Amino acid sequence: MYIEKSRFESIEHLEHNIHLIKVYSPSIARSAKPGQFCNIKVSDTDFPLLRRPFSICNVEGEHIFFMFDIHGEGTLLLATKKAGDELDILGPLGNGFDSNGDYQTAVIVAGGLGAAPFPFLTKRLPADKNIYSLVGGRSLHQVIKWGLKNIHVSTDDGSEGFKGTIVELFKTKIDELDGKKIRVFGCGPNPMLKALQELSIENNFDCQISVECAMACGFGICQGCPIENADGGGYSLVCKDGPVFDAKKVKL
Amino acid sequence: MSNVELSVKIGSLELKNPVLLASGTVGYGNEIAQYTDLSKLGGIVTKSLSLKPRKGNPPQRIVETPSGMLNAIGLANVGVEVFVKEKIPFLKELNTTLICNIAASSIEEYVECTKILDGEDAIQAFEINVSCPNVKEGGLEFGNDVNAVGRITEKVRAVTKKTLIIKLSPNVSRISDFAKVVKEEGGDAVSAINTLVGTSFNIFTRKPKIKNITGGLSGPAIKPVALAKVLEISRNVDIPIIGIGGIMNWKDAAEFIIAGAAAVQLGTINFINPNAGVEIVEGLKTFCEQTSVNKISELTASYQL
Ligand SMILES: Cc1cc2nc3c(=O)[nH]c(=O)nc-3n(C[C@H](O)[C@H](O)[C@H](O)COP(=O)(O)OP(=O)(O)OC[C@H]3O[C@@H](n4cnc5c(N)ncnc54)[C@H](O)[C@@H]3O)c2cc1C
Ligand SMILES: Cc1cc2nc3c(=O)[nH]c(=O)nc-3n(C[C@H](O)[C@H](O)[C@H](O)COP(=O)(O)O)c2cc1C
Ligand code: FES
Repeated sequence: MYIEKSRFESIEHLEHNIHLIKVYSPSIARSAKPGQFCNIKVSDTDFPLLRRPFSICNVEGEHIFFMFDIHGEGTLLLATKKAGDELDILGPLGNGFDSNGDYQTAVIVAGGLGAAPFPFLTKRLPADKNIYSLVGGRSLHQVIKWGLKNIHVSTDDGSEGFKGTIVELFKTKIDELDGKKIRVFGCGPNPMLKALQELSIENNFDCQISVECAMACGFGICQGCPIENADGGGYSLVCKDGPVFDAKKVKL
Repeated sequence: MSNVELSVKIGSLELKNPVLLASGTVGYGNEIAQYTDLSKLGGIVTKSLSLKPRKGNPPQRIVETPSGMLNAIGLANVGVEVFVKEKIPFLKELNTTLICNIAASSIEEYVECTKILDGEDAIQAFEINVSCPNVKEGGLEFGNDVNAVGRITEKVRAVTKKTLIIKLSPNVSRISDFAKVVKEEGGDAVSAINTLVGTSFNIFTRKPKIKNITGGLSGPAIKPVALAKVLEISRNVDIPIIGIGGIMNWKDAAEFIIAGAAAVQLGTINFINPNAGVEIVEGLKTFCEQTSVNKISELTASYQL
């Protein structure tokens, strides 16, 4: 894990309000695993005070990509960076996805910006696995396909693909996908993750979900990021024990 | 080699320099050690320990506020027993002064925790967090009650010869009265300040942003308040003070020392720059060199009012 003064390389505008940035951050890039995140200081001043966590979207050589939408002050500042600016990045953080093991098809379930960690997972998936990506958004402008493969789309308003939620789309595909041979990887807003969690438990799918919550440090020293354990035995820390959890093990 | 003397004394405790990391902002040392060399610091203060483990408050526990943050962690900790078994072995190897912070819900529990931990050679000092509800006597914070703080100091003093620091709450009208009672009851030092009570609302849902409703404010937002409290103690009570509150860099640390602190603790900054402590030690050293201060202890309470 590193505190790396990284070089901002470029920013690309994907869909409405969605930005993709590329930074030169060799130490972090070399050690990163899919599903991990970085905690980024978006300014040189005390405003905003805390770092902001972002999933590692992709890695190319010594470069890292992050994907984000403008949410508040922090992401607004990040979107105004120029090539050559220095960015202070802490990472890679968290556990990441476990993509090894006995399954044939990785089913990616991405809701909105929940797509962020999946280009990297798609790239690093063991060669013997197939990919099946379910990508959802409120409307076609919120469907993020960048870096994904074998994509099936849902939109809440029906403006593209299946009309309904991404988990409803998943339900229609269950027969097509053999439940014993899949592993589900989910990321997105909490209501979506909850629905995905229920579906996976019902069908006994092997399912890993990546969750978000407010964070301060991002590496386990503040205890600010608890998630309730499903067995009732207290909390896990999203930053250190997660952000990826077995869907059966946490309460959303 | 610089010849500035950075070591300071707090009671019988000798620190190699005046920069400590504050309780609740370093865990038990292991995670932050990946980013910084803790042996270069004056010491670390571990997360508040209680007799039994505490799972802490439900989320959301933290929120950022202008130049600060609110937290309501709920004193989540592993408990004294697990601490001794699982955390001390690592902490022993750090080659830094280990100060153990204790939080309890009764005076008996403070005493019990201190007794158990007193036998551990790795622990050089105790810091008592009195910003906890007194469960036996109505649930009000010990830290708001001069008599309670006096009794805690007296009872804990009776069971340990190690350096005893009482960490004061700023949520009182005259903090120097509390420092006075600590001195009278045999405490070696006070640390000031713990967090200030605050809250924050989402105006659209009209709900508090943290589940506990109120939380403790920390970070640069509280620095002027903390400095005023340190100064008040320094002008009224002859007791070593450890200054805490919103220190972000060596200039802030120097400001606290000038305002009366013998040493300082860093809290929130550790979340942003886990190597800040080491950088601040270096900064203080350079500052002393440049301003012809031979011993950093000469800077303490050197204010010109
Ligand atoms: C592990 C992880 C990975 C993430 N990956 C991405 C990503 O790849 N792309 C992306 O766009 N966003 C991602 N996020 C969310 C992102 O961190 C927030 O959108 C960002 O902090 C907003 O900052 P802001 O200052 O613009 O927004 P503001 O709303 O002004 O401030 C955000 C503040 O709210 C806190 N906060 C409260 N609730 C949450 C929550 N549920 N999640 C995050 N922060 C919260 C933050 O800690 C921060 O202090 C991720 C969050 C986590 C925890
Ligand atoms: C997330 C968090 C957890 C804390 N936990 C404790 C604790 O367990 N015990 C304690 O005495 N103080 C605790 N504190 C208070 C700090 O030690 C310190 O007094 C306070 O944050 C002010 O310093 P700062 O502005 O540098 O952060 C905590 C502070 C924060 C931000
Ligand atoms: S964000 Fe600090 S412990 Fe997880």
